[in-house]
Amino acid sequence: MNPQVTDTDTGGTGYNFAYLDEGTKRMIRRAILKAIAIPGYQVPFAAREMPMPYGWGTGGVQLTAAILGASDVLKVIDQGADDTTNAVSIRRFFTATAGVATTTRTARATVIQTRHRIPEAPLAEGQVLVYQVPIPEPLRFLEPRETETRELHALGEYGLMHVKLYEDIARHGHIATTYAYPVEVAGRYVMDPSPTPKFDNPKMDDCPALQLFGAGREKRIYAIPPYTRVRSLDFEDHPFRVQSFAHPCALCGAQGVYLDEVVLDDAGGRMFVCSDTDHCETRRADGHTGEAA
Amino acid sequence: MTEPLLTVDGLTKSYGRRRACDRIGFTLDPGEVLAVVGESGSGKSTLLSLVAGEVAADAGSVAYRMRDGATRDLAALSAAERRALMRTDWGFVRQDSTQGLRMAVSAGGNVGERLMGIGERHYGRIRATALDWLARVEIAPDRIDDPPTRFSGGMRQRLQIARNLVTAPRLVLMDEPTSGLDVSVQARLLDTIRGLVAELGLAVIIVTHDLAVARLLSHRVLVMRGGRVIETGLTDQVLDDPQAAYTQLLVSSVLAA
Amino acid sequence: MTPRMTPLLAFDAVGKSFTLHLRGGTVLPVVSGATLAVHPGECVVLGGASGAGKSSLLKMAYGNYRCATGAIRVHDGTRVVDLATAAPREILGLRRTTLAYVSQFLRVIPRVGARAVVEAAGIEGGLTPEAARTRAGDLLARLDLPERLWALPPATFSGGEQQRVNIARGLIAARPILLMDEPTASLDARNRAVVVDLIAEKRAAGVGILGIFHDADIRAAVATRIVDVSTFRGARAA
Repeated sequence: MNPQVTDTDTGGTGYNFAYLDEGTKRMIRRAILKAIAIPGYQVPFAAREMPMPYGWGTGGVQLTAAILGASDVLKVIDQGADDTTNAVSIRRFFTATAGVATTTRTARATVIQTRHRIPEAPLAEGQVLVYQVPIPEPLRFLEPRETETRELHALGEYGLMHVKLYEDIARHGHIATTYAYPVEVAGRYVMDPSPTPKFDNPKMDDCPALQLFGAGREKRIYAIPPYTRVRSLDFEDHPFRVQSFAHPCALCGAQGVYLDEVVLDDAGGRMFVCSDTDHCETRRADGHTGEAA
Repeated sequence: MTEPLLTVDGLTKSYGRRRACDRIGFTLDPGEVLAVVGESGSGKSTLLSLVAGEVAADAGSVAYRMRDGATRDLAALSAAERRALMRTDWGFVRQDSTQGLRMAVSAGGNVGERLMGIGERHYGRIRATALDWLARVEIAPDRIDDPPTRFSGGMRQRLQIARNLVTAPRLVLMDEPTSGLDVSVQARLLDTIRGLVAELGLAVIIVTHDLAVARLLSHRVLVMRGGRVIETGLTDQVLDDPQAAYTQLLVSSVLAA
Repeated sequence: MTPRMTPLLAFDAVGKSFTLHLRGGTVLPVVSGATLAVHPGECVVLGGASGAGKSSLLKMAYGNYRCATGAIRVHDGTRVVDLATAAPREILGLRRTTLAYVSQFLRVIPRVGARAVVEAAGIEGGLTPEAARTRAGDLLARLDLPERLWALPPATFSGGEQQRVNIARGLIAARPILLMDEPTASLDARNRAVVVDLIAEKRAAGVGILGIFHDADIRAAVATRIVDVSTFRGARAA
């Protein structure tokens, strides 16, 4: 072990700061630096076993652990919400092992770990958005051989990605991929933006914050540096479009945001509310109301 | 005399102590159809893999006259150049259609893939071209959105042909394209291949154990056994007046071809 | 004819035998010292008993059988090519431009209609698609093939019908040398007469013909000269 690396106990928990040992953090940081240097490129890393099952965000947690400092303020969301099991567990994990401050407010956070959403509030310089990624390989659906997908990336052969979009249009009359919609990063690598709705794809483009993607089971890290061109793939005659919603948020009246459907009763009653709970609460605190409020 | 399209020289490949291909050489002109015949294990399929660069040769070379007129040693091409060549100017129709098609992708997507691979980004044009090619290989237009898993063996082979020819390649490799098909289906497929080869002026290397296929499609034939070329020449000359003992055996072992 | 003219086709001391490796290397002599010439406008008929090697000579003239010794010189209009030493591509070239061949049997191409078979041969021989279509129709009509059969693949035809398609295919293009192997064997008297007329027209156009005709009447009607192949048997190359 590198003698310069000294672990720092977080006062009585028995764990190193943010759970991972410093050697592992350095290894992950090297992978992150490489990922930032080659935007959209999947950098392999030696993912560790984490004290949570695969699929619960082990990739994102390792990224967060590697970049977290004592003065950071952490926000964790799952499907846009701060109060779901997954988000709560991860937030508690870092409170316990790193003792960092946490928040639900997007604007106050320095590190935001997310599963399936990008916050509605615009991100700022200095913020880091950490995505939990289940399957990092956008070509996997059509080309199961890893040796082949690597070669396709290396040579920039992305015709296959369009085959997937072609299949969508042929089957549904339009590009029906609404989640994990492939993007081209900095004019070079095609990347899977994790299962975020394509509604959020435009937020990735030219974003002031650093975006990091971690896949624990697949042991891959990739990144979008701040202010990077991120283009959603499409056809000339079927251009990329985001979903639009017929109604504003029933609680805060917000328009142009991503809405979740909430079933109210057994009689088919339902309403559409902001998927981003912090955004909704912030608006309501500012006096905005929807028709259900 | 014009320079050949393809020049194969001294191609050799061993697997352990067995020589799958032993110093094979030939040239192929534009529009020329060469049949490689022999029994299984003769090395004919290995030869095709060597020519396509899918298997690295122990010795020998494959040179190809590119569209710009320059003849290049394929081993000297970069991976990007080689792959670009393979998906534009070359085609490869496989014996096993699951190796040559994307089974989870519709017929239209299978035909369109090469177009998208060379940068076509207009869905309507891709679809129109796919429909045109499906018609040329006699696949009904209403099957365009069906995956090949729902196609018969003969249809799958015809889809492979369409998928390969959509970028107007000048050289197509075919590995036993008709084997395993019913006789009537074979005849129809052979006729499709024969018509397209003549119409498009394709150069073809077709590997087959079926001498009737060689007779119907090829101008010249290469008889292989144990990794070596036993006899070569005009197809009807080799089949009607075979010189080598092995070729005589091969010709006499089949029903009138 | 004018013997001083360059022959279209000349056999010079041609020898041919088959080595049957599957029968212990038995050597089957076919012909040796075969020497003959075909000039423009001639119809040279190969005579001699069955098994004398007539068909083999014809097949050698088409490059279908290899020529073991001697030379077979074909004048392609600009130069002379020796089939004994020509590369496969040269022989294919001669078949496109110079050599026409009517075999005993039609080798059937699956699924292609009779007229299309004939047309394709015309196009390969240098006719325009329109001219090929017209000529194919003319020939099939003259050979009395019912028009309802033209669109059907010949595989289902009777022997005589198939042979008429075969003749039309061999005659459609204007090639200077015509090789015919028993073209009339399965034809009725009426169609034999048509073939005799067609051969006369080819001769008048300067085509040199080398053929095998067993029927004595036909032979008498078409031959300008008969070469007895049995004289080539066992003879030494001159």
